[in-house]
This record gives sequence, C-alpha cells and structure tokens, in this order.
Amino acid sequence: MQPREKLSELSGHKKSWQKKVRAVLEKYPERKEFKLDSGYKVEGVYTPLDLPEWDYSDKLGFPGEFPYTRGVQPTMYRGRLWTMRQYAGFGTAEETNRRYRYLLEQGQTGLSVAFDLPTQIGYDSDHPLARGEIGKVGVAIDTLEDMEILMNEIPLDQVSTSMTINAPAAVLMAMYMAVAEKQGVPFTKIRGTIQNDILKEYVARGTYIFPPRESMRLIVDIFAYAGKNIPSWNTISISGYHIREAGSTAVQELAFTLSNAIAYVEAAMEAGLNVDQFAPRLSFFFNAHVNFFEEVAKFRAARRIWARIMKNRFGAKKARSMTLRFHTQTAGCSLTAQQPEVNIMRVAFQALSAVLGGTQSLHTNSMDEALALPSEHAALLALRTQQVVGYEIGVTDTVDPLGGSYYVEALTDQVEQEVMGYIKQIDELGGAVAAIEQGFMQREIQESAYRYQREVESGERVVIGVNRFASGDELPIDLLKVDPAVGERQIERLKKVRLRRDQGKVAEVLQELRRGAQSKENLMPYIFKAVKAYASLGEICGVLREIFGEYKQQVVF
Amino acid sequence: MNGHPIRVLVGKVGLDGHDRGAKVVAQAFRDAGMEVIYTGLRQTPEQIVEAALQEDVQVIGISILSGAHMQLLPLVVDLLRKQEGEDILVVAGGVIPKDDIPYLKEAGIAEVFTPGAPIKDIIEFLQCRFAQN
Repeated sequence: MQPREKLSELSGHKKSWQKKVRAVLEKYPERKEFKLDSGYKVEGVYTPLDLPEWDYSDKLGFPGEFPYTRGVQPTMYRGRLWTMRQYAGFGTAEETNRRYRYLLEQGQTGLSVAFDLPTQIGYDSDHPLARGEIGKVGVAIDTLEDMEILMNEIPLDQVSTSMTINAPAAVLMAMYMAVAEKQGVPFTKIRGTIQNDILKEYVARGTYIFPPRESMRLIVDIFAYAGKNIPSWNTISISGYHIREAGSTAVQELAFTLSNAIAYVEAAMEAGLNVDQFAPRLSFFFNAHVNFFEEVAKFRAARRIWARIMKNRFGAKKARSMTLRFHTQTAGCSLTAQQPEVNIMRVAFQALSAVLGGTQSLHTNSMDEALALPSEHAALLALRTQQVVGYEIGVTDTVDPLGGSYYVEALTDQVEQEVMGYIKQIDELGGAVAAIEQGFMQREIQESAYRYQREVESGERVVIGVNRFASGDELPIDLLKVDPAVGERQIERLKKVRLRRDQGKVAEVLQELRRGAQSKENLMPYIFKAVKAYASLGEICGVLREIFGEYKQQVVF
Repeated sequence: MNGHPIRVLVGKVGLDGHDRGAKVVAQAFRDAGMEVIYTGLRQTPEQIVEAALQEDVQVIGISILSGAHMQLLPLVVDLLRKQEGEDILVVAGGVIPKDDIPYLKEAGIAEVFTPGAPIKDIIEFLQCRFAQN
C-alpha cells in the first residue's frame, strides 16, 4: 500500500534501528527465541516492510464482502453478539434438560448437546460396550422418548441447538425433527447444527462407526434431505477443534479442516448436488488456543482461504456459499488440573481471540474441565466470562479491530500461505480421504503433539502451575459427580419403551431401512420413520452396521 | 535393569477417543528404550488382558478419559488375576479425580498419573519398579 520510495526510505531507517538493537542485545539479550505454536519465528517488530505487496481490497475488503477476512457480516457484533453456546450434557435426559433451562435463564442464547459415548458410537445403553459409560461425558439418548425429555419445555422455534454427533448424526437429527413436529414447530423454523464431520473422527476424535465411503454417503444424504426439508439447519460443522486438541499446530488445524471440507464439497458435487444448494449450510468449528495473535490470524485467514476456494475452485456464485461461519471453543487441552482457578484467565484470553477473530458462536470452557465435567458454578463463571467480553470491554464496538495491525496482517498472510501448502500436499496424496487412509494427517498431528509435550517437559513452553509457579497447596474445588445409578435408570427406561412400542411396526421400519441401505436411495426418510416408531439408536445403527460394515482404526504412532 | 528393556502395553480402555496422551506416552516410553505395544482405541478390559498376556509384557499402561475408570480399571486387574497374570503391573492415566484414586489403588492399580504429570516421572516410576525386582 505504501509507495515504493517510502518503503525504501523505511528500509534504510530499519537498518539503522537494527544497529541500535544489536547494541542493546549485547548488554541485554532477549529472554528466549520467540516463535508461534506453529513453529515459525516471531520478529521483534512488524512494519509495512513485512507487507510489501499488500493490497487492502485484495486481502481484506469490507466486512461482509469478499474475501470476508474482516468478518462474514457487514456490522458483525454491532448488530448482534455471537451466540453464547455452552456445550453441556450428562446423566439422563431429565438432568440435562434441567441444566439447559438453567443456562437459558442465565442468558445463554443457544443450546449445545453433549452426548455420552455409547450414543456417539451408536450403541444402546444396554449394549455390553456401554458399561461404565452411560451418561458420563454427555447425555444418554436411546430413543425418541429421551429426546422428548431432553427438549421438554424448550421451544424449538426460539432456540438453536447444536448437537455434537457424527457417525449417527442422521438419527439424532431425525429425533430432533420428530420432537419439533410434536411441539407443532414447522421444520422451516428449526435452527441448529449437527457436527456430522466424520473425517476428523478417523483422524482425531475417535467416534467413527462405518467405513469412510459409507459415512460419506450418509453425509451427502443429509445435505440433500436437509436442503429440501429443514432449510435453516447447518448440516455439518467441519471441525478443527479436535484436530487441535489431538496436538496439531494452528496451521495444521486449519489445513486439515479445510482439506476435509473440500472432500465433503467434492462428494456432494459428485452426487449431483449443486454447490450453491448445499454450501450455504456448511459451518465450521475451531479451537481458540493459547497464542493470542496466532489464533486471531488463523480465524481471519480461514475466512479468506475458504472464500477463495469456494469461488475459484468450486465456482460458487452465492455469497453465502463463500462465507466461512464458525463456532469456537476454547482449548480444553490448555487447562490445567493444578490451580484450576487460573483456567478462568486462560479461557478469557482465548475467548477474546475468538471474538477478535469474528466467531459466530462460542463455548468457553469451565475451569474444572481438566478434572471432571463442569459443575454448575464453574459453567456459570464460564458463561459470565463471555458476557464480560461481549458487554463490558468495548471489543465489539467496531468490526475487526485488529485489522491493519502489521503483525496480525503478516501472520494472517503467513498462516494462509502455509495452509495452502498443506492443502496442495493433501491434494497430491489424492485428497483428504486418501491422506487419512495413508495416515498422513495422523502422523503430522502425532509429531506436533510429541513436540509440544517435550517443550512442556523441558520448560521451554511455560505452563503456569505445571512447570512454573507451581504451588504445593491446591485449593479443593467442588466437582460434578455423575450418579453411578444413572446407567441402571437409563437401561430401565429403554426396557419400558421397548415394551410399550408397536414391535411389528419397528420390525417393519427397520426392514425398510435395511433395503434402503442396500440401494442408493436417500436414507433420511427411512431413518425419520424409524425414530418415530421408537426404534432405538442402537437398532438403527445396528442395521447400518450390518450393511455398511465397521471401520477398523489404523493405529499410527 | 540387567540389560532387558521393559516391555509395556499402552492401551485405551473404554469408548473415548482421546488418544493424544496415550500416544505421546507410548512414544516417550519408546524413546526411553522400552519395548512398546499400543493397542489403539476402544479396547475392552478382556482385549487388553488378552493382548498383554500374548505379548508377554511386564506393564500395562491404561489411558482413560471417559469417566468409566471406576468400573473398567478394576476389571483389568481382576481378569489378570484370573488368568495368572497378576505379575503384570497395571498403571493408569487420564482425567481421574483425586477422590477416586484410593479405591483404584486398593483394587490393584499400582499408580495413577493425572493431567500435568511429567512423563519423566512415569518413566522413573517404571524404571524404579523394575530395577528393584
């Protein structure tokens, strides 16, 4: 942006300044080598010289305009704050419903459902592999009845609900639709998201069921069905969050997520869907990690890269197809079990980076999450943290307040460049599915995770309370304990539903689903019918397991 | 140490997919000269014990972050006893509340390493145990 002669003048000035710096360094050396989480060196100061060919309109544009670097809406938080959406769920549907209503009363603006592991892996609570796991990391949902209780007295036309569900996403989405129907809420009015991002399950999160090809079919079926029937529903939340939690760098998080996104777009287009039909309902989910400016740059770069990919690579025409809308969660892996109150500060800074990065919704972690599921008190503090960011400190008054910072713009450019390098590499391996099958992403993540741990162990990476400023006496905090009897109660309820429902009808809808799975038809109508007959999640997934087979994990370490 | 490397099975019990810790620990064990077998995700206690006996390991290191530790960890020790594998040392790591640790130790888990535990402590623990024996 600066005229050439101005830049060369500046360059001369910088050289004389660097001389002074060298003199200072001889007396007072710097504390350490400064680098980003992604490993790249950080300079002492950034100037226009770090942005030599930088063009404002090309790189940033205006908020709500291509390439959306500054934000996806023209007014961003001046119009409406992000959705404050705390991920919650534990025990039975009754308990979780109580927590949801509490959070809504406290000013939370959207729901985010955590399911227990048997639900996420498509097993009923009475399956042998469910022992010890029922209601532990989330709520147990076996049949439509559980979903009815979960959403009891919550008006589905007024809240949006995000569900962290992947392999059996179609089933849980169908249950949610069935509840809406019972509440008399038209499908056009329900808003929410299913995670439905199976590729990152193979790489980082682990709750896969079916092999990749069959999983991709289910995902494309959802895109097509939801596009016609529930137009305001986000059909996928393509997630970097778990890739980062598994140990990747910021650059890898973005690169692997966008590569996975490319794979979904290609699969849907191959199935004959028009890009502008489904792309507007794609959404994303990222991690807000500890390096503040690197994270802000990552969010900004994500929008710019995606806009260009959608426009240039896939020929999208609608603006909405090009906008990367995302949810953010603060970094669970950055929380410490030691001095847990300190986590409140970590979460606040991470939340701030997400807001300065232009997130559409946010989950702030609770301080006790390295120890247990959040207690009510800890969950409330976490929600209050985002409310402080949103209402008190002025960071929402103008759009993209860090835009134009030499450092942030240089970082944004650098992240973009590194991510594009990775995407090219993954394209050359045959795309995301092939790269995952070859263990490429897994190995890259594993190497970064190991490097991170070595840095912590050597003290090179400071973690307050762990390798610096540890204090022996820890204040005890009250932790949430899931009642061990939850499992028995849930199994009991499932039994009762099985006794009460029309068995002949259930057998019939499952047989229809089986035939559907053997054909190429869209499976959603069959699944919707099955859940309405109170066929259980495990029964529905059981039929699909029978036809599709199960994924066998490749162990990469 | 009489020249024999320690043989360890690192395993994930339960349904959770958090394998970052297990894999990082497995890699650190290997770099410390141990022989390491890693099972991958979603192992049942039965599968872990069978693999440990088959691989003739001295230690089983179990990672669990699902909250099912109180049910699943004692099962591993029980199964080992039933199959004459009681010499195999069982240690565990993961999100395990302090209050649960006494019960787990009583059930026969030799040590529980919680978030923030340096890997070198885990390695030293194993090296001490097997230097004495």
